[in-house]
Amino acid sequence: MGDLFSTIAFLFRQTMFFAIPLLIVAIGGLFSERSGVTNIALDGIMIMGAFASIFFINRMQSTMSGQTLLLLAILVAAAAGMVFSLLHAYAAINMKSDQIISGTALNMFAPAFAIYVARTIQENGVQQIAFTNTFRIEKVPVLGDIPVLGDLFFKDAYITTYIGFAILAVAAVVLYKTRFGLRLRACGEHPQAADSVGINVYKIRYAGVLISGALAGVGGLVFIIPTSTNFNATVAGYGFLALAVLIFGQWKPLRVLFAAFFFGFFKAVASTSSGIPFLAGLGIPSDIYKMVPYIATLIVLAFTSKNSQAPKAVGVPYDKGSR
Amino acid sequence: MKTFRKLMNAKGHVSAASSIMAILAGLLVGLIILLVSNSEQAFKGIVTILEGGFGGGMKGVGQVLYFATPIIMTGLSVGFANKTGLFNIGTPGQFIVGAFAAVYVGVKWTFLPAPFHWFVALLCATLAGGLWALISGLFKAFLNVNEVISTIMMNYIGMYAVNYLVKQNIYDPLTSLSQNVAGSAVLPKAGLDKIFTNYSGVNSTPDPSTVNCGIFIAIAVAIVVYIILEKTAFGYELKACGYNRFAARYAGIDEKRSIVLSMVIAGMLAGLGGGLLYLSGGNGRRIKVVDVLAAEGFNGIPVSLLGMSNPIGIVFSGLFISYITQGGNYLQRLNYMPEVIDIIIASIIYCSALALIFRWVVLKLFKGRDALLGRIFPKYAAAGAEEEELSASAAVTETDLSAGESGEGLVPPEVQDVAGEASEPEGSPLQKEDEANARDGQEADQNAEKEDE
Repeated sequence: MGDLFSTIAFLFRQTMFFAIPLLIVAIGGLFSERSGVTNIALDGIMIMGAFASIFFINRMQSTMSGQTLLLLAILVAAAAGMVFSLLHAYAAINMKSDQIISGTALNMFAPAFAIYVARTIQENGVQQIAFTNTFRIEKVPVLGDIPVLGDLFFKDAYITTYIGFAILAVAAVVLYKTRFGLRLRACGEHPQAADSVGINVYKIRYAGVLISGALAGVGGLVFIIPTSTNFNATVAGYGFLALAVLIFGQWKPLRVLFAAFFFGFFKAVASTSSGIPFLAGLGIPSDIYKMVPYIATLIVLAFTSKNSQAPKAVGVPYDKGSR
Repeated sequence: MKTFRKLMNAKGHVSAASSIMAILAGLLVGLIILLVSNSEQAFKGIVTILEGGFGGGMKGVGQVLYFATPIIMTGLSVGFANKTGLFNIGTPGQFIVGAFAAVYVGVKWTFLPAPFHWFVALLCATLAGGLWALISGLFKAFLNVNEVISTIMMNYIGMYAVNYLVKQNIYDPLTSLSQNVAGSAVLPKAGLDKIFTNYSGVNSTPDPSTVNCGIFIAIAVAIVVYIILEKTAFGYELKACGYNRFAARYAGIDEKRSIVLSMVIAGMLAGLGGGLLYLSGGNGRRIKVVDVLAAEGFNGIPVSLLGMSNPIGIVFSGLFISYITQGGNYLQRLNYMPEVIDIIIASIIYCSALALIFRWVVLKLFKGRDALLGRIFPKYAAAGAEEEELSASAAVTETDLSAGESGEGLVPPEVQDVAGEASEPEGSPLQKEDEANARDGQEADQNAEKEDE
């Protein structure tokens, strides 16, 4: 019985490693899309955020370590993501350009830039940026001693996990309980109507895209930290997966949470299948397990997509002059 | 009709001019990056990029053609889907599934007679790609699953499936790659290996490029796709459906069938691209068993964007991107990292997204033709090429379509026509001149846009 529970707890913690970055980035995408701007550039922004912050850690880890360094790195990631997303905002909002095109450009730019800079700046010309993981929390004091919950949430954890949940909570409140949230949603549904009551659609949309940039940047860092010891100019397509999670979650915070954990769970099962006695005993090759999260998501989508809740004006540039 | 042709020509000039300006801006970004990283060699570097494949002699040019082939195909896939209103981000999956089918047939089906072997392998690659996209198409048409998300999922499923199948069936443990295909499955060289070869040393040892007839196949397919899209009723139906699904249904088009077919054809194009790249013999590519999505698949997106989804444009943009990528490889001689090429391409794409600003610059440059251009830009910018083409080929359906979309079904077509004509008066040259002076840059765009509507 103890074995079973420790397996479950292990699986749960693994699930969070996959689900939390997806959650953060998808919430970012939610802000952008609810304001009316498609953000297919999430993947590129994640890479930029991860690149800047991991590079920051790489340079600063000789002088500091632990949670202080991680928190500073998170700020760096958010700033880098925000600056990078400005490019998308400018193209999409000011220039009224095709948002898929500028998003694709950003997705292409980010990994190339990360590799180029890493190889040019680093002494030995390698593209991987290494870092020492000093961020893992063995056990949170007091909270870690709570029977079941302590094992699930407060052991072998990263501070990023709690930040992820905090972001979700704040996002839900901002979106549904504040004036800004209402305006943001209005701009995504009917910008003309929003404009007619004096809301500056361009400003709101800028805010939406910049928030998504900051969150996607943080998501990039959060994805790299628990799963690797170096950054290799890729986030394994997590930006695209976050986009999928966002659509799967029907552009609503709580549903996005569910979608992220759904996907993260299968992803965790796939990556730990050899370590779980029951699954290893089945003798199914790991490549098949790796497919499962994607197949499961497709199947769930097949049953839930009949009524899409996409923001009405998403992807359509707003032009004051048009009717 | 004559006026229309004139308009089209002018529009073509403008798009070409703004594309060229986007390319120049992208190269400028590249130059700046080279300058920042090592200012002494920067100009040499940009020359190396511009020399492209020629930097490697005739072999280099051959490699340009070889690596252009798959990205032209995936570009066609993205472009075709785009023209029919779908965003096919699933090219990496369709591409690799096609590649596996081709290599599998190439390795295993040696019972096939020589002249058919490579042909059957290509056919299987095409079918496999189509089948992979069929799933997304069916999901979109019947279950309303967003094709962006379903094709992303299919990318990963395809990648893992191919990794598994390669390891099970056609794995070469020595190189950790797929096995070499049989000689009869290698695409014919069509004499290209003779042309694109470097001779070196005293004995002039030939060092041939990997290029084969695949590039001809890709160009031929591009022409076929162009004809289907522009010259057939079938292509028109697919485009109409992409433009407005509900209006198309109202006009009697089976929109579900159209969506599925569009997706399948796009998948077939990408799958064929996989076959064309991997059926290239000893010194060609072989399938790597790694958990990374095929780059050739994603590269179809910039190729298609740069070619403005036009099949013929895609051939040229594929060649261009392959050309400067090859130049980027030679940059390493100057101790620059080849990734600067991707930065340049990304910048070009980004700048082409800022079309408005470039159109404005072009407008300034072509001041003399201001009047004519001023009338074209806003319409182009506002509605996109698609609408113009549709409106040109069938005015009646166009009214149907626009009525369906904007919900202005109550306005009779005649009224709309009149309104449309009123916004484009056939003025005398003198009047045009005045108009030109009155309107300037963006302001003109906005004014005319209002008039159009």
